[in-house]
Amino acid sequence: MKDLHLKTLALFLSVVAIALCFYKTERLGVPLTPQSSAQVWTAEATVRFDGQDRSAKINLAVPKAPPGFSVLDENFISAGYGLATNDLGANRVVQWAARNLSGQQTLYYRVVLTEDSDAHRDRTEPTPTYPDIPEYSDPERAAVFTLLDSVRSRSADTASFAHELLRRFNDPTPEAEVKVLRDESSDATAQVKQIQHILAGARIPSRIAHVLPLAGSLRHGSLTPWLEVYNGERWLAFNPRTGAAGFPADALVWYSGDMPLVDIEGADNASVQFSALRTSRDVMGLAQQRARLINSDVLEYSLLSLPIATQNTYKILLTVPLGALVVVLLRNFIGLRTFGTFMPVLIALAFRETELLWGCILFTVLVALGLIVRFYLERLKLLLVPRLASMLTIVILLMAGVSVISHKLGMEHGLSIALFPMVILAMTIERMSIVWDENGPKDALLSGFGSLAVAAVGFVVMTHPLAEYLAFVFPELLLLVLAFTLLAGRYTGYRVSELWRFRASARAITNKQ
Amino acid sequence: MSGLGRGWRSRLRLLRRNPPLRMPSTLRELGILGMNERNGDYISIYNKRKYYPLVDDKLKTKQLALEAGIATPQLYGVIEIEHQVRELDTILGDHQDFVIKPAQGSGGSGIMVIGGRRGNQFLRSSGVSVSRSELEHFISNVLSGMYSLGGLPDKAIIEYRVKPHAVFDVVSFQGVPDIRTIVFRGIPIASMVRLPTRQSDGKANLHQGAIGAGIDLASGCTVDGVWFNSVLDSHPDSGNAVRGIQVPDWQLLLELAARSYDLTQLGYLGVDVVLDAEHGPLVLEYNARPGLNIQLANQMGLRHRLEKVRAIEKIPSSAAARVALGQELFGEG
Repeated sequence: MKDLHLKTLALFLSVVAIALCFYKTERLGVPLTPQSSAQVWTAEATVRFDGQDRSAKINLAVPKAPPGFSVLDENFISAGYGLATNDLGANRVVQWAARNLSGQQTLYYRVVLTEDSDAHRDRTEPTPTYPDIPEYSDPERAAVFTLLDSVRSRSADTASFAHELLRRFNDPTPEAEVKVLRDESSDATAQVKQIQHILAGARIPSRIAHVLPLAGSLRHGSLTPWLEVYNGERWLAFNPRTGAAGFPADALVWYSGDMPLVDIEGADNASVQFSALRTSRDVMGLAQQRARLINSDVLEYSLLSLPIATQNTYKILLTVPLGALVVVLLRNFIGLRTFGTFMPVLIALAFRETELLWGCILFTVLVALGLIVRFYLERLKLLLVPRLASMLTIVILLMAGVSVISHKLGMEHGLSIALFPMVILAMTIERMSIVWDENGPKDALLSGFGSLAVAAVGFVVMTHPLAEYLAFVFPELLLLVLAFTLLAGRYTGYRVSELWRFRASARAITNKQ
Repeated sequence: MSGLGRGWRSRLRLLRRNPPLRMPSTLRELGILGMNERNGDYISIYNKRKYYPLVDDKLKTKQLALEAGIATPQLYGVIEIEHQVRELDTILGDHQDFVIKPAQGSGGSGIMVIGGRRGNQFLRSSGVSVSRSELEHFISNVLSGMYSLGGLPDKAIIEYRVKPHAVFDVVSFQGVPDIRTIVFRGIPIASMVRLPTRQSDGKANLHQGAIGAGIDLASGCTVDGVWFNSVLDSHPDSGNAVRGIQVPDWQLLLELAARSYDLTQLGYLGVDVVLDAEHGPLVLEYNARPGLNIQLANQMGLRHRLEKVRAIEKIPSSAAARVALGQELFGEG
């Protein structure tokens, strides 16, 4: 194969680039598109109790792999306590232990979470046993079975059964049997327990899930009971009030089952309060935190570890290869002519400050004025280096003049002309005037506008938010750019301009044949 | 309304017959060599970089050619530093006409042709009079690298002014027609003559309006000329036919071109030769990156020819044999 070595190299670079990029997006959750911030929740449980001057153990249920979230950080704030966490099936319990506690004590558990759509995992643990049919009291028994029979006739599976049951149970105008079973005065937890009691009549395993609704900023919050039903494969969540499937949005499943939230030995008056706070956090910060959690050094040694000022410099520098890519495309594939190979890239960098339209106008004005002066200098018969030095001085004076005049006219854009690369401009004017003299104005203007066009396209590409973001956060993608430019270095096909240039030859040769 | 419609339709028909762009596949079929292919598949492979300075510096070229017995315009003198400008008189001696050019000039820029002198006034070939101080300023510019590749300091060569052979007088306007031959691996593969016109201001540059006329390698006779992308039969200034002019000393010229390969070691070489009325063919300069215009002038693509030569395993070592091979392969007879 032609250029096998080069193609292998390009392939290798591309594979490295894509693999690194894939690792960062998939494992570390670095987003592929620029998002300035992501939702981060900080949920906190505060346990208060009174010490009884003896040793105490406090068991608090805490979230374990909550669906819809990924855990970024956890804190157990408890000076002077022994600490242990235990997994209990679907739940996790933190145990604080201490001796000789007296007076009011406060313990905190804090968890930092971010919404993670990938974390909607199935809840399968634990596999329950099928409950025995409870021994209902007499009036209750008839009501339960009537209700269950009629629900069963209107449902196809466990999910629709649970939904239908909940709908009927919560009906504002309940049927007679529901009236018997429903106790309006009982609290939410008791109501869910009552539903579980009824479901057991159909031998359907169920449990209470205790969820913390994360609305805005929550203070003194408490857990809301939710119903979970086992369908033989996994646990399905239902709103016990409406029968709607699933957990509510922005709700954190704290724990499930009949166990108490907090269980204290050797102390009194335990109470738990919840609070939650939503904050926006830099997406990159999140990814870095996640990388730390899984012990990945990729982001530790990335540009993000540099000081902010240096980062900002690299944000611009890393887009330069894209500008160079544009030059390659427009020169070697399209066939545009420019003054100097990378002069347009430098002009495009200057456009960052002036913006496109004003950049083009200022560039044209400056080059035109410079050319006029240069044609005058030609008559003075100066030597090359002094002439270039004079041109540089004149270009700077022209820039200053344009700034002052445009400022007086109230056009603040004219001020940003100061960022034009003056040395490059002086050289451009010099070369343009030589081409003008030797090959005529047509060639000079063609190359001049070619340069401007390449600069404009380069600017648009280099300042595209997505391009800027990708180049900075995924600098390895520049290896992909490198691979492409390497391949372009062996592109020996026609340039678009040649399709035009050789049109007459093509016609003549065709006629001759 | 109908007139408008007809105009539109006929324009469309014209456009279809002569589209502004050709398909790459069409050009490929016709064997037209593109810039990228020239650079990537020929120049970068057959021209070793270490040999470039030999052709980029015309002074070195001249010295090498002299050693190898290849005729070039006689060197009157070289000005290397600013101070030497004062020695101009000694260099010029009695020569009434001469050429000043940068040793490392590119694309024929920075060449001053003086056709006569009157005291301190020099007459350029275009008829414009130049004062001595202007001439010195021009030399200073050359020395400072204004016309050279990369803007590096340069030398000014002062040499014999070619008196063009009369053969092209009827089809050129002022200036000196030059004959460009592409020599690939030492074998001449295509040739053209560039004829100055009034439009090109006496310059032999196709881009500026000189006529390019292909030359049949076998016979040394010109074929149709091309002027600004269109085929033409007669010179736009004189009206004389461009086709069918026999280039004198054709075999000698091709041999000069073929021998240039031994001299320069460049596999893909452009050899520019002028025909002098007294001295015959003189090598004016070599080009390590010869342009693609020769395809326009010859109305044929270079690719097929290049590929044919590329496939040859054993290239004859003698220049004469290589010329014969080129004429046999690519001559029209």
